[in-house]
Parts: sequence; C-alpha cells; structure tokens
Amino acid sequence: MSFQEKKSMNVVRPSLAVEIAGIKMKNPVMPASGTFGYGEEYAPYFDLGRLGALVTKGLSLNPKAGNPTPRIAETTSGMLNAIGLQNVGIDAFLADKVAYYQNFDVPVIANFFGNTLEEYGEVARRLSDIPEISAVELNISCPNVKQGGIVFGTDPRAAAQVVALVRKALNKPLIVKLTPNVTDITVIARAAEEAGADAISCINTLTGMAIDVRTRRPKIANRTGGLSGPAIRPVAVRMVHQVVQAVKIPVIGIGGITCARDALEFLIVGARAVQVGTANFIDPGVMPDIIDGLEGFCLEEGIADINDLIGSLQL
Amino acid sequence: MKNYKTIVLANQEITSGTFRMRILTPGFSGTVCPGQFVMLRPELALPTLLRRPFGIFRLGCLPAECDGLPAREYLEILYKVVGEGTRILSELHQGDRVELLGPLGQGFDLGVPGREKILVGGGIGLVPLFMLGEALISRGDRVRLLMGGRSRDDILAVTEFERSGVETYVSTDDGSLGEEGFVTRVLERKLGKYPEAEVFACGPMPMLSAVENICRGRCVTLQVSLEAHMACGVGACLGCVVKGAGHSETRPRYLCTCKAGPVFNSSDLDWGKVAVANGSCAEGGCK
Repeated sequence: MSFQEKKSMNVVRPSLAVEIAGIKMKNPVMPASGTFGYGEEYAPYFDLGRLGALVTKGLSLNPKAGNPTPRIAETTSGMLNAIGLQNVGIDAFLADKVAYYQNFDVPVIANFFGNTLEEYGEVARRLSDIPEISAVELNISCPNVKQGGIVFGTDPRAAAQVVALVRKALNKPLIVKLTPNVTDITVIARAAEEAGADAISCINTLTGMAIDVRTRRPKIANRTGGLSGPAIRPVAVRMVHQVVQAVKIPVIGIGGITCARDALEFLIVGARAVQVGTANFIDPGVMPDIIDGLEGFCLEEGIADINDLIGSLQL
Repeated sequence: MKNYKTIVLANQEITSGTFRMRILTPGFSGTVCPGQFVMLRPELALPTLLRRPFGIFRLGCLPAECDGLPAREYLEILYKVVGEGTRILSELHQGDRVELLGPLGQGFDLGVPGREKILVGGGIGLVPLFMLGEALISRGDRVRLLMGGRSRDDILAVTEFERSGVETYVSTDDGSLGEEGFVTRVLERKLGKYPEAEVFACGPMPMLSAVENICRGRCVTLQVSLEAHMACGVGACLGCVVKGAGHSETRPRYLCTCKAGPVFNSSDLDWGKVAVANGSCAEGGCK
C-alpha cells in the first residue's frame, strides 16, 4: 500500500510534532536562514503554514547592503555564496515584515547578527518585545563578513561572552548557530550551552573558494564564500552527531538536506529538528515534500511519534 | 507563477552552439508578459544542482490531434551552450523530463502607444524581445529590431521577427551578415531619424552600456533586460543583485535582477564605470 493510499484510508497518522526550548512545532522542518528570504518570497509555491517553523533572513541593527558581485557560484553538488548578510535592518523588519507572519500558524524564529557586542545586545532587546517572534537564532558563524559572526563563533571565550550578553537582553528561547570552520565544534557548542543557549543549530557553510581558470580570478568577488548544498551533508551529519554527544540542549541539524532521507540522517543522529537551505533554491516546494516524506517513512516503519526516531542511531 | 514538472517537446541546434528548446507548459500563456523568464533544470540534474535562468522567447500551442491528443501549450527558449548546465540541457531529447519555474520577474513596460519602438538585440540577447515585438505590433505600434552580433552565427530568428511584422536591421562586426559594424551605429542612425522613439535593449553588458550612453545623450527612454547568475529566481538568495541608481561605496543600493528585473528602466541602474564615453564603443565591446 502506498503512502498516499494509507493517508486516504485514515490510518492513524504518525505525530511529527517536536519541541525545542519550549517552541512547539508541528513537524521538525524549517528553512535555513538566508535561503528563504523573509518567507513571503515562497508563499506563492506552498502554504507556509505547513512548516514546523519559519526562520528569517539574518537581521542586523542597521540595514546592510551586502557584498559586491558576483556573489554566487555553483560547484560540484553545492554552491558557494558570499552574499554578505544583505538585509533591511531590524527597524524595517519590524515595521514592514513582522505583521505578515500573523497570517500563519507557525512559530517565527528571527535570525540575527551584530558587528559588535553592543549591537548583538541591542537587536536582542528589540526582538524581545515582539510577540510574533517565538525565538531567535543567534548567528555567530557567517564566514563572509569581517565582523558579525565568525569572529565570535571560532573562539569559545568570545562565543560565551556574546551568548551570555544576548541571553541577558532577551526574554525568548535562544538558538545559537555554529560554524563548522573550527578545529573542534563541540568546544564552541559547550561554551554556548554554558553561557545560556537553549538550543544549538549547526552547521553554517564551510569556507571555500572556486577559480575561473580563464580569467584566473576567484569566481566570487569576496574571494572566498560559504559552501552549502549536498556536498557538505556528510560533514554536517558528523558534526551534528558530535554536538549531540557534547551538549544536553536540543540540536537543530543543517547541511545539504534535499529530501526526507537526508533529513532522517540528522534526526537519527539526534537532531531534534532540521533546517533546509540550498534545496529551497532548486525546488521551492521541497520542504512540504520533505514533511510528507517524513510522515511516509514513519508510516512505513510503524513509528507513531517521530520523537521515537530522534537519536535512534545504532552504533 | 508555478513550478511545472513537464517535458521537452523539441530541442534543436539552430546555429553552432545555440539551441532552441520547446517545453510543454499547460496554462502558462495566460500569465506571461514580455520580458519575463523561467528557471529550468533537467529532472535528473546531476552533476549540476541549481536551475538556470532563461528568457522566454515565444509561446505557442500545438493544435488538438484527431487521435485524441488535446491542444498543448508550450513555451520556447533559445540558449547558447556556455557551461555545464547548458551543455546538459542541450543533450535533452523529446520526452525528457524538466522542472520549470515561472513566469518570473518584471517584464517590459510597453511604453507610450503610437510612438516608434526600437528593439536592440545583441546575440542571444534578442530572446526576450520577440514577445515584446509581438505585443507592440498587435497594439499597432511601429517596431524596428536592430540585431547585432559578432558574425552570422550570432544572428538568430530574424525571419520570425519579420513574420510578426517587425522591421529588422542586421549588423555584424565582421560583416558576414547585414551591415558591417556595431549595432550601436545603426541605433544612432535610427534615433537621428526617429528622435521620439522608445528603446528596448538586451545583450552583453558593453553593448547595453553603449546603448544607455546613446539614449541618455538624446534623452530617449530605455528599458534594458539584464542577465545574472541566479540560484533561486524568486528574490530569496540575493545572489543576482545589480547596482541601482545612487549606489555608492558608503550607501550601497543593490537590486535583485530576478525580482526587481530582469527588465529595468535604464535610469534605475547605476551605469558607473561601465558607461562608455561619447556613445560609441572604443574597446570593441559592443557586440
């Protein structure tokens, strides 16, 4: 019997609901920041209400124009990007974008970053007052700007400092997004946990480079960019596995997910939820497909609650 | 716009390295305006990942057949093989499955009815101009196409433009077809004759830059259709931005080619350093 037939026969549907730091999600699937705009760009393609959560483009205190072009290049099974955190700024976001989220029964996670500790604190304070925002994701991992991220994400003391400061300024669940561009990601994960993070999301992109052999120039203007897409998935699964072992707080898995099977790898190593990034660019309807695929897998495997699958890795 | 999982109806090499693909797209034509584009990939896409953007060349409909096949709407793209993505597309055959997202972006504004219209196409850049020509002709405007290329292989679909009622003027850098020289020289001549004309251009950046310079010097309104590398096509990835008018190092202003474009009023863009002096191209770039 196919999944569609089972669905139509009213077989008891498995529960896909998960909870992360008090955020209740109807399934574990959400977009990765920066690959889904502010959400509305993808509203023509599917009902955003189907998502487990919505994650915004990274926000900063002041609007940010981003890097010069070219900003993207496809590589084998992946892409390099150096967008440079282009965004409208927190004030324009609150004025123009937030009201839109009232149309959907989906928790909204605001991703943000700062150039300085003070900026991180100020954005966290402003997000605290916004009822439409369920949680925030603190980006300390962008590889493509000098400040704002990776400086804080590659040193455990700096990470702890910014996480503690944001924790104090914020009255919502705090997710900290980590970079893979470190020797040992578990050191940073533990530092974030000890400083008050409620959850970890990982991984951000891997720093990479691609060359146009005819012009002898880098394919993107920033010289280096962040590698994403299926090429990085095994690295991401390994790092999520390591982080899950290292911390007690929930982990959100990110890295090259394109289908339900990919998402399952992360859940099985212990991610409580997943974020889908580059695949949104390839197929705007990929997230609902992944959600259906997770439900189908649970039906086939006789799993009533997806939480029973999470962390079920056999070693 | 819609995400189609559909099939190729035909895919033919029309001149060396340039292909014409016909794709089944039921219900598409009612939603398109000239100048819009689609994002396309073969369904089994390895070893490429992202879709590629293609301007819509023309729409059509195969009539119903007596054996019961219903009428089938299709769209056509013209594309040059420039890399791995287009190489894979060029190897598709009738019946092969593709995924197509569209129609996307902002198309051309048809301008003031009754005014002379001049379309300037450089090589494969003529693609989005065909539907524009059709729309202008059906409204009763007089339309001229100035078609430029390096050599005769770059001159595409001229007879189709002529059949739709567009007057065409061909120029090639090497003189292998039509007038010898840059298309911008023809443009200057035509604008001398029709100073009130409105101009629509698509082609390589040096050509667009020269066209912009000519039009600005004569206070002629110009719309340009731009090309860019894109990942998403819907305004999410911010990978395809161009500098908008007023852009500066300290106050950068980037516009998404996919969402704010691909068609822009030339006055909305920052032509900066790419602008070519005195309205003619000294560097041999106007191809």
